[in-house]
Amino acid sequence: MLTKRIIACLDMDGGRVVKGVQFVNLRDAGDPAECAAAHARDGADEIVLLDITATSDKRKTMLDVVSRTARSLFVPVTVGGGIRELSDAADVFEAGADKIAINSAAVKDPSLIEKIAARFGSQAVVVAIDARRVNNSSIKDGFEVFVAGGRTPAGRDAIQWAREAAACGAGELLLTSMDRDGTKSGFDCELTQRVADAVSIPVIASGGAGTPQHFIDVFRDGHADAALAASIFHFGLENIGQLKLQLRAANVPVRWPC
Amino acid sequence: MIAIVDYGAGNLKSVEKAFDYLGANVVVTSEPEKVAAADKIVLPGVGHFSALGALVNMGLREAVLHGARAGKPLLGICLGMQWLFEGSDEAPELVGAGIFGGRCRPFPSSVKSPHVGWNSLTIRGGSRLLRNVASESFVYFTHSFQAPMVSGTAAATEYGVPFSAVVEKENIFGVQFHPEKSWNVGLLMLRNFCELDSRG
Repeated sequence: MLTKRIIACLDMDGGRVVKGVQFVNLRDAGDPAECAAAHARDGADEIVLLDITATSDKRKTMLDVVSRTARSLFVPVTVGGGIRELSDAADVFEAGADKIAINSAAVKDPSLIEKIAARFGSQAVVVAIDARRVNNSSIKDGFEVFVAGGRTPAGRDAIQWAREAAACGAGELLLTSMDRDGTKSGFDCELTQRVADAVSIPVIASGGAGTPQHFIDVFRDGHADAALAASIFHFGLENIGQLKLQLRAANVPVRWPC
Repeated sequence: MIAIVDYGAGNLKSVEKAFDYLGANVVVTSEPEKVAAADKIVLPGVGHFSALGALVNMGLREAVLHGARAGKPLLGICLGMQWLFEGSDEAPELVGAGIFGGRCRPFPSSVKSPHVGWNSLTIRGGSRLLRNVASESFVYFTHSFQAPMVSGTAAATEYGVPFSAVVEKENIFGVQFHPEKSWNVGLLMLRNFCELDSRG
């Protein structure tokens, strides 16, 4: 049976993990390669490395980190942040990533999705959508896309954009609820369900994970195919394995034992 | 020496990395001569079935098939596995190797496509590639077309329909999933491949 995926996201700045990890057994809790390996040993189904600053002078640092992290990590690795053109994506794949995540650049120029998919395959292209609830008559479904790290409204309806991204050749969607991000109050199941039901490609829910019940809710009610969390160790669980055991007890199919 | 055949489809870095990790002597190549000189051949591939057309144009199809006929272990991964069948509805004009009968077809409309994520293997037994791999082990898939169940099916996976996840016939092996991304289970299969007698 196809299982629901638990994805660990490492938010990085200047080659260091900047939030969301509280390992007790690591010498260096901020080293992405060590964090990623520890998550994978604990049962993470995938790892996402997100360069949250993504300035051009830090690109090389990021590529070094990807290369070091991916070298001995045998689960899928997605890299996002600062990918603006095909050559940026090519550099990240060359460094060892399996998928890239694009956000603002895809909103600005949806043909970028097609270009990367044509060269590296749709399975390698994740379109990240940051969405927020708005009360605005021009956004008919009530969820607006934001770009530039959530700072700028794109004036686009999130569900329509999800459909368009899928039609352009995206392999998966990484859908973040900006309303829930960092709140630990649960995923936005309504947003997730509306996007998941609108497209045939997998949807990764993100933003708001706080308890194991939140994961159960977003898989059952939100129809998510995968759920991502950065602060996955902050719910009083020792590791992803414990989260998976709770999901399994609730009859959510998960990869366990790993 | 294991030759990883590069016919311009997608990213071969992960496959190369996994073999490197296992200490195997590998070369990524698009030259038929290097494929011919290798002891074992890996045919990877992601994306659209039509990408396999490049095998013919680059003179690689004959090199791969010649090696396989000579008894060299051949491992097709993902699209490379689908090529071992007669063809795929994804690109009907393209002829596969026909080592396994039947064609690759899309998933039924009852399930989302592509099939992405970790799914389990139901192992039939007796497979050399799956030596010491437990039935119901999870592996990572990402594909839109599925290969039929055949007499050479060594492991099946269910997604809307049962399909061939692993095929095996003498020195020819194919895996629909990505062993290089399937954690210890996948590495075990690649190690089994590395340890095969190179004369098959």
